[in-house]
Amino acid sequence: MMRMLALLVCVALGAGPLAAQDLGAPIGEDQAVERVPVEGEEADGPLRGTVTDESAWSDIGIAIPAFATDRDRPTPANEAGTGALGREIARVITANLRNNGLFKPVGPDSLPQPAFAQIPAPAYATWSGRGAEMLVHGYVRAREDGRLVVGCYLYDVALQQQLVREGWVVAPGDWRRAAHKCSDLIFSRLTGESPFFDSRIAYIAETGPKDRRVKRLAIMDSDGANHRFLTLGSATALTPRFSPDYSRILYLSYVDGNPRIYVYDIGTGRQTLVTESRNPTIAPRWSPDGRYILYSMSVGGNTDIYRVPANGGASVRLTDSPGIDIGGSYSPDGTKIVFESDRSGSQQCYVMDADGSNQRRISFSGGRCATPEWSPRGDQIAFTRIAGDFNIAVMNTSGGNVRVLTRGWQDEAPTWAPNGRIIQFFRTEKNSGRTSIWQVDLTGQNERRLPTPVDGSDPAWGPIRP
Amino acid sequence: MKTKLATALMLAPALALGACSKKPPADIPPPPQTSGTGEQTGPQVQPMGPQVGTQAHFVAAVGSSTTIYFDTDRYNIDAQDAAALQAQAQYFARYPQITFTIEGHADERGTREYNLALGEKRANAAKNYLVSLGVDPARISVISYGKERPVALGSNETAWAQNRRAASVIIN
Repeated sequence: MMRMLALLVCVALGAGPLAAQDLGAPIGEDQAVERVPVEGEEADGPLRGTVTDESAWSDIGIAIPAFATDRDRPTPANEAGTGALGREIARVITANLRNNGLFKPVGPDSLPQPAFAQIPAPAYATWSGRGAEMLVHGYVRAREDGRLVVGCYLYDVALQQQLVREGWVVAPGDWRRAAHKCSDLIFSRLTGESPFFDSRIAYIAETGPKDRRVKRLAIMDSDGANHRFLTLGSATALTPRFSPDYSRILYLSYVDGNPRIYVYDIGTGRQTLVTESRNPTIAPRWSPDGRYILYSMSVGGNTDIYRVPANGGASVRLTDSPGIDIGGSYSPDGTKIVFESDRSGSQQCYVMDADGSNQRRISFSGGRCATPEWSPRGDQIAFTRIAGDFNIAVMNTSGGNVRVLTRGWQDEAPTWAPNGRIIQFFRTEKNSGRTSIWQVDLTGQNERRLPTPVDGSDPAWGPIRP
Repeated sequence: MKTKLATALMLAPALALGACSKKPPADIPPPPQTSGTGEQTGPQVQPMGPQVGTQAHFVAAVGSSTTIYFDTDRYNIDAQDAAALQAQAQYFARYPQITFTIEGHADERGTREYNLALGEKRANAAKNYLVSLGVDPARISVISYGKERPVALGSNETAWAQNRRAASVIIN
């Protein structure tokens, strides 16, 4: 009897629901990267002088030779061994720093390779002769348990001084994360800004003709590597958002035929409805602490914003205008929400307290204001500015000091880098309807397209990974 | 009583407008034979032409009135929409067994999430109008596709006007 019951339970769990949910195999949860002490002389205090002026550091030449290894050993991370892996890591760091237009890095393919013993004690004469102002050294060591130890050092060549060093232990499959951690260490030390490279982006991968687009939930690293599809494409997926701890993704799916928000659990690969309702739910957002979810729900054609505890519970309606109230993005301290409403007759941006009180319009500078997103630094709001064309713009939290950052025909849906310095968005091509993911920095400089295996839209940048 | 009067009042101008624009076609096919023997007599009944309960039959009956169109960012039912919905209401009154979905759509020149909400509003506007004409709301499902399912593929005013629509689709 018990055995039959168990069998029934197994069948119930194993069959059906996953396939019916358009989901691919689960990818497993994000692992934390362990920090380890690395050898070297004590680093000095902060850089001399201040780094508030961007021009003071944006032209810094940085030499990034291949990372050394104590002993060339096989590793699942690189079939040619830890020596070749050290070169790959230096390449990833070089690409990171170059692609974001912040520095002038020179990579391992045009530099001599330092020996393992030189990593904590560089041959400064070699590097000053090459005009490098900053020098990155590092090493890779394969541990007995197969995990990799990666050390990262930043030196000031002129001062002949170590500025910072750090080390991490990563699984072989996570070797790129060590490269991103090292990139973050260099970036933060030289600019005084918060890190952002070791982060992920959820987005929608698009294929097919304009009237029959296949739209799949996908994720990738901040540099476009490690792309993964999470859904199979039989149902349209839209507008994903990573939870602050990367354990879950909110997104919209038509899998039951209607637009509904699902909470997808990355570890188990299972998903649940954000709220049990027959009404359509759209525009999902997390609170900064991950405890609440904002969603918009249409009842009889009227769309309002609701808040529900992320682990279940009763929904609270935050807006009640007869127009379309939608979206919503929390201030980093969680006390306020910026959202979009057409209650005035066209899409404009409004701010309210987190409980829905004190709703007031902030956008008055011409055109329409859509998809507002509060900067992780708190001082800016990015939005889609509709004035003829669609462009990405930023304004302060009172709606003032609007700056338009992009000039595409249709640029839409900004999302902030974890440090609030860079904004990603998607660009739709006129007529063909093809989409691509782009980024631009807060000054409107360094606009570039992100490499995605197929067309991409609805990017959502997650926080720094643990 | 009150709703009946309201319906009658709404019908009158809608019919008048319908008459001076285009269609609906003069002849609507007769209702199907009484159920039960339907399958057996199938081959004899309507040997040509679409079956009742199909989208093709609906289209044959009301023509282009299966779909209504909207101005940019609007969801109101104008005179032309009213005429089309009137034709739909007549059809649905004649075939009370038919259930259907109203799909709300927006053009590509809107942000994705707003367009989903706007499509929902347009589909509901069409639904409410049909209900005011006496169609049982239980027969009507509503779904928004926002800008995800355009019918006209260009990026110009003509294409956008065709995509800002609420389309009634028979549920088979």
